[in-house]
Amino acid sequence: MNNVIEVNNLVKNFEVSKGFFSRNKNVVKAVDGISFSIPKGESLGLVGQSGCGKTTTARALCLLEPKTSGDVKFFNPEANEMQDLDSLTEEQVKQFRRNTQMIFQDPYESLNPRWTIKDIILEPLNIHNIGSLENRTEAVVEILKTVGLTPPENYLPRYPHELSGGQRQRVSIARSLIMNPKFVICDEPTSMLDVSIRISIMDLMLDLAKDLQVSYLYITHDLAVARYMCNRIAVMFNGKIVEIAKTEDLLSNPIHPYTKRLISSIPVPDPKYIRNKYEIDFTELDEIIKNNSENLPMVDIGNEHFVATHDVKDLLI
Amino acid sequence: MTKDILVVDNLNMHYETLEGNVMAVNNVTFTVKEGESFGLVGESGCGKSSVASTLLQLQSENAIISSGSIKLDNQELVGMSESDLRKVRWNDISIVFQGAMNAWNPVIKIGEQIREAIREHHPNNTKKENTEKISELFKIVGLDDSIMDRYPHELSGGMKQRAIISLALSCDPKIVIADEPTTALDVVIQDQILNEIKKVQKLLGLSLIYISHDIAVIAEMTDNMAVMYAGSIVEKGPTASIFSNPRHAYTKLLLESTPSVVGEKKKLRALDGEPPSLINGLKGCSFSPRCPDPTDACKKGSLEMKLIEIESAHWADQCCVNCG
Ligand SMILES: Nc1ncnc2c1ncn2[C@@H]1O[C@H](COP(=O)(O)OP(=O)(O)OP(=O)(O)O)[C@@H](O)[C@H]1O
Ligand SMILES: Nc1ncnc2c1ncn2[C@@H]1O[C@H](COP(=O)(O)OP(=O)(O)O)[C@@H](O)[C@H]1O
Ligand code: SF4
Ligand SMILES: [Mg+2]
Ligand SMILES: [Mg+2]
Repeated sequence: MNNVIEVNNLVKNFEVSKGFFSRNKNVVKAVDGISFSIPKGESLGLVGQSGCGKTTTARALCLLEPKTSGDVKFFNPEANEMQDLDSLTEEQVKQFRRNTQMIFQDPYESLNPRWTIKDIILEPLNIHNIGSLENRTEAVVEILKTVGLTPPENYLPRYPHELSGGQRQRVSIARSLIMNPKFVICDEPTSMLDVSIRISIMDLMLDLAKDLQVSYLYITHDLAVARYMCNRIAVMFNGKIVEIAKTEDLLSNPIHPYTKRLISSIPVPDPKYIRNKYEIDFTELDEIIKNNSENLPMVDIGNEHFVATHDVKDLLI
Repeated sequence: MTKDILVVDNLNMHYETLEGNVMAVNNVTFTVKEGESFGLVGESGCGKSSVASTLLQLQSENAIISSGSIKLDNQELVGMSESDLRKVRWNDISIVFQGAMNAWNPVIKIGEQIREAIREHHPNNTKKENTEKISELFKIVGLDDSIMDRYPHELSGGMKQRAIISLALSCDPKIVIADEPTTALDVVIQDQILNEIKKVQKLLGLSLIYISHDIAVIAEMTDNMAVMYAGSIVEKGPTASIFSNPRHAYTKLLLESTPSVVGEKKKLRALDGEPPSLINGLKGCSFSPRCPDPTDACKKGSLEMKLIEIESAHWADQCCVNCG
């Protein structure tokens, strides 16, 4: 009962037609049997290359899209128990939506351009019919202060296009936090922002995690960002998790060749530092993983450091 | 002594807009030597792309160069006739525009688009010669010849960017400007493209102006660098010296706000507030409204921005050097 979410063997397939005139469909295994859990108050980074299935995972977990198979249990603080996403009552689905929020990559696309900041942040309270009208407005003012948009009166009547990228992302954070969620899924929330603004958003999210006991599933392709934000990191490659460990452990002692490749690809802000070049053949890695059993077994090499077991010796080039 | 290939001296450029003049490039001075890689770093809107387009004299119609000089291999580009500029562009200096990989014409095959660009500058080349040239360039940037017959939508982001780089190299320029060439790409592809650019630069003995908002990429890619803030260079010098001994408050913040996967995990410093409006120019230190500790002199705005040399080839704004 100590987790906010437990994911077991999550699969999400997409059917895409083979060509304009073809009736045959290809199945894209966007998420191919991944498992992880996130303890209360902790944050997990989900990292990997573009197209590896990070956003698809997030959308399936948020019920934005139906999963193909797998078990997902989430902690419902209103019932004080773990509940299976597949067998929620209508009321429980509402509770799930209240307690699980999502922050997207592009703060502009995710905010309705015709609404004021006040209406945008009020919306979830209105949908879930929480508090009196007066209380709601008060809550909006409070949350704006929390995310550093002060004085709130200056922001309430404005429209998204009147704000900078960083301010807009603060608004999306405010909107997702106004429901007091315990679990927030963040899909590259800072990748569109300038470096300097990025840190204040990340610090804000870290402070909120500490003060309000929020857990994040933090999606990014940048391991340096994941390191700053997360207690643990899961590395994803072509729909599968290949390694999952405590952040510092993963960075100092990566086992899977893909993890090593990913770490070695991050530029280091120090001209004296020479990165290890670590090349692998991605096509071959893909083959090896595909040819392995449906569920890539993970072994614990100690200290809760899990690595997918398949023969990867030949990958090094 | 390696020779100076590009000498930019006191360049001033602004955009005329209805709201007033946007002072995008203010007193910009720097030199790029033969074979050197020069970095330009700063947050979005500070004027990096404006410098780039001005260097090629391809700035937009509302842009006015009010003063300054750009000497490419001793030829003055400011005020040069369009027909002469045409001979210089691509042949001597070329650019990978920010976002260019998304600007391929979608209905023309990649190879044809590059051939067309070469044809414009070398009308006498045969098609076969041009195809051979492209094939040679593709080899350098890691693309297969078959890519020539593909349409842009059939390529991944990384492949499109490699093709853009080969386009920029197609007329054997002496210097190439790369404006945020990896910003839209994911980390592994970025890593491959960075390696490709380094390889090409070495192989062809190119000079490179590398523009990025990411100081980690600048650390890896450049020998010398300049930090831009609000249209001005606030610090410049050897990359190693700037990282080991940053003197301007903005440079220091940039360095302390970049996360890393190596070394001790550090608390990062945020830079609060927003960059100033560039309309009608600024008085005193442009960074003072956001500076974590401005002195009284800074706040008064009485200090004049001016770069002074603080150690060998390492320059910083005198306001900051004198008050800190
Ligand atoms: N609606 C869809 N229909 C068909 N295929 C899809 C759909 N959405 C995603 N995919 C495919 O699923 C795979 C995973 O995509 P996803 O968007 O989850 O990647 P990602 O890890 O979030 O990448 P990025 O870092 O670029 O955001 C990709 O191959 C993608 O093309
Ligand atoms: N064509 C233009 N007309 C008016 N202002 C412009 C134009 N192009 C850029 N600017 C302004 O000039 C400043 C510098 O922009 P830019 O050179 O694109 O910065 P960077 O490349 O560093 O992000 C910004 O304030 C931008 O809004
Ligand atoms: S000159 Fe003064 S205000 Fe400007 S950056 Fe330096 S310390 Fe800050
Ligand atoms: Mg995504
Ligand atoms: Mg730019």
